[in-house]
Amino acid sequence: MSLLHFVVLAPFVMAIFLPFLYYKFRSIHTGWFLLPLPLILFIYVATYIPFGGGGMEAVEHTVQWVPSLGINFTVYLDGLSMLFALLITGIGTLVVLYSIFYIANKPDEPLNNFYVYLLMFMGAMLGVVLSDNLIVLYVFWELTSLSSSLLIAYWFHKEKSRYGAQKSMLITVSGGFAMLAGFALLYIIAGNTFSIQEIISQADAIVQDPLILPAMLLILLGAFTKSAQFPFHIWLPDAMEAPTPVSAYLHSATMVKAGIYLVARLTPVFGLTAEWFWILVIFGLTTLLWGSISAVRQTDLKGILAFSTVSQLGLIMALLGMGAAALHYDFIETETMYYTATMAAVFHLINHATFKGALFMAVGIIDHETGTRDVKRLGGLMAIMPVTFTVSLVGLAAMAGLPPFNGFLSKEMFFTATLNVASLDIFNLETLGVFIPIVAWIASVFTFVYSMMMFTRTFTGEFKPENYEKEVHEAPAGLLISPIILGSLVILFGLFPNLLGYTLIEPAMQAILPGITPVGEQFYVNIYHWHGINTELLMTVAVVLFGLAIALNLKKWAEAAFFQRERDPLNRAYDFGLDQLVVQSQNVTNFHMTGRLRDYMLYMSVFIVGLGMYTFFRYNSLDINLEGQGGIPGYAILVIGGLIASTLVLPFVHKRITNLVLLGVIGFLVALLFVIFRAPDLALTQLLVETVMVVLFLLVFRHMPEITKEKKAPLTTTVKALVSGAVGIFVILTGLSVHALRAESDITPISDFFIENSVPLAGGYNMVNVILVDFRGLDTLLEVLVLGIAALGIVTLIKHRLKGDEDV
Amino acid sequence: MKTNFLMLHTITRIVSFIVLSFSVYLFFAGHNAPGGGFIGGLMMAGALILLYVTFDAERINRVLPFDYTAIIAIGLLLAIVTGLNSYLFGDPFLTQYFEYYQIPFVGEVELTTALPFDLGILLVVVAVALLTIISIAEDVS
Repeated sequence: MSLLHFVVLAPFVMAIFLPFLYYKFRSIHTGWFLLPLPLILFIYVATYIPFGGGGMEAVEHTVQWVPSLGINFTVYLDGLSMLFALLITGIGTLVVLYSIFYIANKPDEPLNNFYVYLLMFMGAMLGVVLSDNLIVLYVFWELTSLSSSLLIAYWFHKEKSRYGAQKSMLITVSGGFAMLAGFALLYIIAGNTFSIQEIISQADAIVQDPLILPAMLLILLGAFTKSAQFPFHIWLPDAMEAPTPVSAYLHSATMVKAGIYLVARLTPVFGLTAEWFWILVIFGLTTLLWGSISAVRQTDLKGILAFSTVSQLGLIMALLGMGAAALHYDFIETETMYYTATMAAVFHLINHATFKGALFMAVGIIDHETGTRDVKRLGGLMAIMPVTFTVSLVGLAAMAGLPPFNGFLSKEMFFTATLNVASLDIFNLETLGVFIPIVAWIASVFTFVYSMMMFTRTFTGEFKPENYEKEVHEAPAGLLISPIILGSLVILFGLFPNLLGYTLIEPAMQAILPGITPVGEQFYVNIYHWHGINTELLMTVAVVLFGLAIALNLKKWAEAAFFQRERDPLNRAYDFGLDQLVVQSQNVTNFHMTGRLRDYMLYMSVFIVGLGMYTFFRYNSLDINLEGQGGIPGYAILVIGGLIASTLVLPFVHKRITNLVLLGVIGFLVALLFVIFRAPDLALTQLLVETVMVVLFLLVFRHMPEITKEKKAPLTTTVKALVSGAVGIFVILTGLSVHALRAESDITPISDFFIENSVPLAGGYNMVNVILVDFRGLDTLLEVLVLGIAALGIVTLIKHRLKGDEDV
Repeated sequence: MKTNFLMLHTITRIVSFIVLSFSVYLFFAGHNAPGGGFIGGLMMAGALILLYVTFDAERINRVLPFDYTAIIAIGLLLAIVTGLNSYLFGDPFLTQYFEYYQIPFVGEVELTTALPFDLGILLVVVAVALLTIISIAEDVS
């Protein structure tokens, strides 16, 4: 266990103790107890930043978990994970501080739930970015989905919250499952290792493998669902039902960037393929465009921000795809143009976290102080909420890509990257590449439009007090601290972008594009505001002009049908799918769950015989060899004859009590057989079970309906007789084949081991019992566990029986 | 008409104790002779069921005031804790230990950790059998 392990585990440990603090110190807001943790973690992770420049050494520590399966809790800290860990803990600190003032400590407010979920998320997210083992990463990945869903449903009395929680859960978890399958494929391709670093080290060989494409697609499915890429983005707007601190934290700054992280992390593995480039670029750009267009249609401030987040995530995804193209070129010539895309991705990731975080918090303040987020009701808040206004202005300007804020810089870089990629000569880019800058430009226009829209409709215009249920005033200082800090960072990074250069961006780029710099050298990131009058600058000017033109005429267009459809049309597909899932699974269940035991027996018998026969056929294992059989003693034949006779009589008796007696006869005869074959333990158990069963039978007797003569088609009876016969024949054949094959091959039966070792290893002369309690003790333990569960099930069914009018 | 099962009552009083002590014997015999937790448990359950069948449930509940649901949990916990024991010695879960001791007047006795484990199994088996049968029997609807 290293300190880095504790970085991941600390939030979980804290989560255990937090509820006690909540109940013990009810008058203190629980958030205060939590606040120091992310701060300490942030400071600790920040000590790894290479302040002196010169790149950073990756740190790796391993704790063995399941070494036999290659699953170890390995933490790996390099530039990329450090960047994410800093985001998670840094934004986490600000969000916790903000939430203390956002969610009031009312008596009925379950703050303990809120903060436990938040801690769970924080730990899981740190686990995702710090794990080097794919399986551990997957576990934490699903935990983030789970905690996100719990946080969305924090106000679970609202139906929309529950809907949003379910939606995010279904979409992200099913993507996660696909990703797990992708990891399994990667494990096979890479020669049985789950370690990401080991997989990266054999990237050249991996790319040649035919399984690479399915593995890539499955993993990308996980990344795309998590990072809300088109068409899976539909969960993100509905996730906005969560309390605003959660939206700012999970659904804009950190969790939705897990997919980005995974893509960046695996770029060295998949980056050499053309598919990686095209899938990321196409989906990224589609998401970028779709998100920015959809954002314009929203009337809810958080809805606008949600779609804006979707579009910005698409932007980063597309940039990562373009950046992967850099792996194809020789970098020693220090041509910066090839890795501009990756640089822009990392830079924009940081910028987006700052300005979007600030904007979410500002919107939260507006919601908190005015009671509404509807842009139709808001207006003229500029004078009433000056601080919120300033923070929002900074954030919106950065989002729209205006100088001198950091958004401008990364947007310029984005344009540069698209133009560079368009001029590459790989992956058919000569012909198709020209579309990339065009799409990017159109999306930027819409980004500008919705930023303008948020600004004008919230802060300018006329203030109408009758629109609000409460008196509107500026937020308390506590609520303002966090957005002010983030807003200041927006300006700081905008004015001095090179602060980030060698501290965060260079180490992260080394992790995403390893081996493209010669040993001992490193990237030199220099970001300027003024590049002279070039295409990028002209593009930005055009964005502003077109954007203004559209924004000013938005009133005219608002009547168009396009703007009336606020909800994403893809939601219809999701809702339809969900309804059909319920309906169809009901149909399937109703089809085979007839409520008659004999039907279930039939299914089981058919499947057993079918599977068994298939095995005989597939492995050619049907063999009959009667050599070496001992003779059957006369009394055994007598017992078996009795067994057969009483079994044959059974179907023709139509009295329950007679059936019961016959079953008893069969049971006792079987026990007798056990005695003959010298298995006293089995015989004893069989006898006792028979005895107890008789009592049980007598008890349920009075609940049973009369046996009525049913009209049965002769065909069903024949089928059932055939199936029963087949089961019998199958069992006999299995027995004979086992005997024959054992004589042929020299497999030592496992019983020899038990016979030899029962006394020396376990000190018991009764082998059966030694197997039960010692050699196979876990089996026994689980068997009695099943017994216990079954008994509790029976009790529940009987004592808590439904009265008939409850809905299950 | 109130029937008087004098014969049944008298015989049950004797027989059930014979069966009970036999079940205890079977349980302890388990490691080296036929028997053990499962068999001993079933036998014990049989003896108790005989009591329930013969006398009314009220009287038995007064004599044997056990919460069988809790006994299932106790049995499982006992088995699990016995298994966890082996972690103290750095062995895998559920490693069983045994040792022979000389006890005055009794002679050589084998003590094993399998015994408490088996006791857990016995408790679960007894409780499951009784819980099932009693809850079905008490069901009036």
